[in-house]
Amino acid sequence: MRTKRTNIFYGVDLTLVLLYLFLIAFGWMNIYAASVTEQAHEILDFGTKYGKQLLWISLSFVLIVILLFFDAKTYEKFASILYILSLSSLLGLFVFGKTINGATSWYSLGNFSLQPSEFVKFATALALARLVSDRQYDLKLVKNQVKAIVLIFLPAALITLQPDPGSALVYISFFFVLYREGLPLHFITIGAIAILLFLLTLAFGFQSVLLVCYVLLVLFILYVLLYKKKSLKFHWAKIFGLFAIVGLFLFSVDYVFNSVFEQRHRDRFNILLGKNNDTKGVGYNTNQSVLTVKSGGFSGKGFLQGDRTRGDFVPEQHTDYIFSALGEEWGFLGSSLLVLLFTAFVLRILYLAERQKTTFSRVYGYGIAAVFFFHYTINIGMVIGLFPTIGIPLPFFSYGGSALWGFTVLLFLFIKLDASRSYEL
Amino acid sequence: MKRGYLLTFFILLVAIVFLGKLFSLQILTSTDQGISLESSAVKRIFTYPERGYLFDREGSLLVTNKRSYNLMVIPREVKSLDTLEFCQLLNIEKASFLKRFQKAQKWSSRLPSVFLAHISKEDFAALQEKMHKYKGFYIDKKSLRYYPLTVAANVLGYVNEVNDETARKNPYYHAGELIGTTGVEKQYEKLLRGVKGVKYVQRDRFNKITGTYKQGRFDTLPKSGKDLTLTLDIELQQYGESLMAGKRGGIVALQPATGEILSLITLPNYNPNLMVGRLRSKHSTLFFNDTVNKPMYDRSLLAQYAPGSPFKMIQGLIGLQEGVIRPNTPFYCYHGYRYGAREKEFMGCHCDIYNRPIELRKGIAKSCNSYFSNVYRRIIEKYPTAAEGMDVWSKHVQSFGLGQYLGYDLPQGKKGLVPDAALYNRWYPDGRWRATYTISNAIGQGQILTTPIQLANMTAAIANRGFFYTPHILKKVEGTPISNPKYTQKHLTTVDEKHYKPIVEGMHDVFKTGTAKHVQLKTIEICGKTGTAENFKRIDGKKIQFEDHSIFVAFAPKTNPQIALAVYIENGGFGSNIAAPIASLMIEKYLRGTISNKWWEQKMLNSDLNDVYEKQLNAKQ
Repeated sequence: MRTKRTNIFYGVDLTLVLLYLFLIAFGWMNIYAASVTEQAHEILDFGTKYGKQLLWISLSFVLIVILLFFDAKTYEKFASILYILSLSSLLGLFVFGKTINGATSWYSLGNFSLQPSEFVKFATALALARLVSDRQYDLKLVKNQVKAIVLIFLPAALITLQPDPGSALVYISFFFVLYREGLPLHFITIGAIAILLFLLTLAFGFQSVLLVCYVLLVLFILYVLLYKKKSLKFHWAKIFGLFAIVGLFLFSVDYVFNSVFEQRHRDRFNILLGKNNDTKGVGYNTNQSVLTVKSGGFSGKGFLQGDRTRGDFVPEQHTDYIFSALGEEWGFLGSSLLVLLFTAFVLRILYLAERQKTTFSRVYGYGIAAVFFFHYTINIGMVIGLFPTIGIPLPFFSYGGSALWGFTVLLFLFIKLDASRSYEL
Repeated sequence: MKRGYLLTFFILLVAIVFLGKLFSLQILTSTDQGISLESSAVKRIFTYPERGYLFDREGSLLVTNKRSYNLMVIPREVKSLDTLEFCQLLNIEKASFLKRFQKAQKWSSRLPSVFLAHISKEDFAALQEKMHKYKGFYIDKKSLRYYPLTVAANVLGYVNEVNDETARKNPYYHAGELIGTTGVEKQYEKLLRGVKGVKYVQRDRFNKITGTYKQGRFDTLPKSGKDLTLTLDIELQQYGESLMAGKRGGIVALQPATGEILSLITLPNYNPNLMVGRLRSKHSTLFFNDTVNKPMYDRSLLAQYAPGSPFKMIQGLIGLQEGVIRPNTPFYCYHGYRYGAREKEFMGCHCDIYNRPIELRKGIAKSCNSYFSNVYRRIIEKYPTAAEGMDVWSKHVQSFGLGQYLGYDLPQGKKGLVPDAALYNRWYPDGRWRATYTISNAIGQGQILTTPIQLANMTAAIANRGFFYTPHILKKVEGTPISNPKYTQKHLTTVDEKHYKPIVEGMHDVFKTGTAKHVQLKTIEICGKTGTAENFKRIDGKKIQFEDHSIFVAFAPKTNPQIALAVYIENGGFGSNIAAPIASLMIEKYLRGTISNKWWEQKMLNSDLNDVYEKQLNAKQ
């Protein structure tokens, strides 16, 4: 028996909606602080950054109504089509795209530009949910693992080619979903070890890390041989394979870093690893944003009182570095509140995802939680100097229409799916 | 659902790491709230008060300020302009205009730089009317020091731009600001400079100013510098400098009753107006690199010489105080004094009183070496060991302000040297040295070293019959006399007042019948003492004797003395040749204002020792 739908807002999760509204409003205040000048006064001046952002925000409300209007089943039905459409929009960039800051990631629409990669995320999440929700699907099978990985890596690869490696990195977050749905643990373990070795190699050099790894391996083998008294007679091939793989991996890290990466990528890592103390050139952004956050102190300098924000000390502050404006003007109170809000936000999505009745909704919810988590972790980590410079926006905070709409769609699709759960019995 | 916890775990982990990092950034290592004024986003613009003037004791203006105008440019803001007219206004060629503009643009197109420095007052007036036509150009007014009398450069000092090191040490200053570097300008920098005002403005990362910071809430107004009156008598100073022309050395004249410095003369010196503004760097290189004339070396404060005969007065005073002689105690002179059996243990004497009794007054007047060698021996040998005697003697000498920094208010000085037992114990570790080992101290040679200002101060102590005030250069601040106890407290010597009489009489005889008889004055009773310090230089390991240094100390009048001075002429020969006439002329100039002794005046103005200096320089090379 179906309840008759009269109200499109029926069943939406109020907690998420309130968090969303709060983040949008707080975000806009910070964009205002970061882009207001002494000359401009009109809040609805569309020549200004904060005026435009206000327009994007109102349009996203329209978008929400449209999203809530359609039946939840529609999204599951059209998941594949949306995925293919979004892939073609990425492909289309190579022909019609507009280049901004060296990356061909934009479609030009008159005065405005649209970044399709922001919309590919939800399509990928939908497609992945659709794939995994198949009853026959089992992630223990290599065939299925390959399918899922291809589905994730296809958009990531196209985005890397733009080149926009920062946005492509986001797709790593979908591995959390796959793990949740049964992907063997060693995929994640090996991945984590690989990242660790990657960073260690950059920090301490190829030779020393290789040496330490081999020494550890030898110690481990000796331990197994002498203390566990186990024969390794039949495992020598595997052991030598392990040595070879570790050596090859470290060597390729070294090679990729020094020969494939461009200087700017190397610089970003070097700054983070403390190998490059240049605060004027390549390290300028990070240094300035950390100083700006620092200058906020406990309670901040107050709204519109941040002299470093007003002095435009942090380049790109209204987009990727918006968190530094908040850190300066709202201090530790404001910035830790935001960290807690984001944490609550993704935990709420996870909680809702786990209580979904269909695999499709659950996988989608889990997927977007991972995407949001990845975004704010990388972004805030970069602004406070924990991670290398990776240019991805802070959800709902950073200036920009495409990102705002992308995140809005990502969230409200899930809210719609979740809302439908309550009356589909 | 355990697998779901992995992501939850990461989410919580990240939250904890972020909160920890934010805590460490914003609370543990945060730059304090109040210091947001120090933030690089806020720029301070300083308004500088006018630097205080300097006057001499009679109110003559010594140092004032002169305006200087710089034409500044911000290349980015320059709009198209009538280059031809502009060049004509500035009296420059078009090529020069373009060159200057490109230079400014190369440095920074957003920040102001100097387009044309030191525009004259007349050009400024003409330019100012038309400035509105030239967007991006403006005139920056600067204040430069100006010395109307061009004398006493060593006393007044000069101001220089603050270097990075000073700026680092003293937070008040920023590189490029002005700071007193020598002389009174340095000593009384804080009084003269005032306190600069500050205006806070907001700026962006290109350093471009975008408005006031918090409506000027933190801005302050400048406090102007104080005008100072010095103790210098600039006429006497000027006269002394002209008498010293062509010679090297120093004159220090003090007012015994107060310790005020009337003149502080060093020659060769320099024109203080050459150490101002754009000229400074060129001339300071020139002056500091002149190692022959050393115009930057203040001989009156820094040159340490053996005091020679004037030290005999101190010897006599100590002898009286210690009771080893009385004024009428006779000693005999045999063209010298034999203090040991060996041939070289003999000190020659020029007093020409052979084998007749010499009393203290005559000993001073005739400057008998034998007399004071006897006195010195008696002082030292009064005590069981030479070391004890030496320390008693040393303490007496030091009570005259010798062998120590006097504590005057000028930024440089030398301690001089008064030997004590410790010194000779180092030289003779067995401790078996005796008075005769150090007999040269008796006549102001030996190890004793003094600076001209110490000698002048010693003379003032004798003039005062037993006390002195620390010499000082500052008389009034904004018309209010100084009250610093450092300069208004009497320093007593260890010799009682009653012992001074025979000494002063002896010094008086120097002008009546002694070595300065030729420059005595009819109307003024002068007491003085010539001195001649031998001058050895070690060249290629050989000890070579050059022309002696000429010394003269004097005070006048004999009763109620108004002036005490020390004159020191490098290689001036016997003390009575040059030093004594100069002292006599200075005294007459100060006490009477006119000179009766025109012949000596002309002789001194014209005497030139450059031949001697040349010879010495050649010998060294």
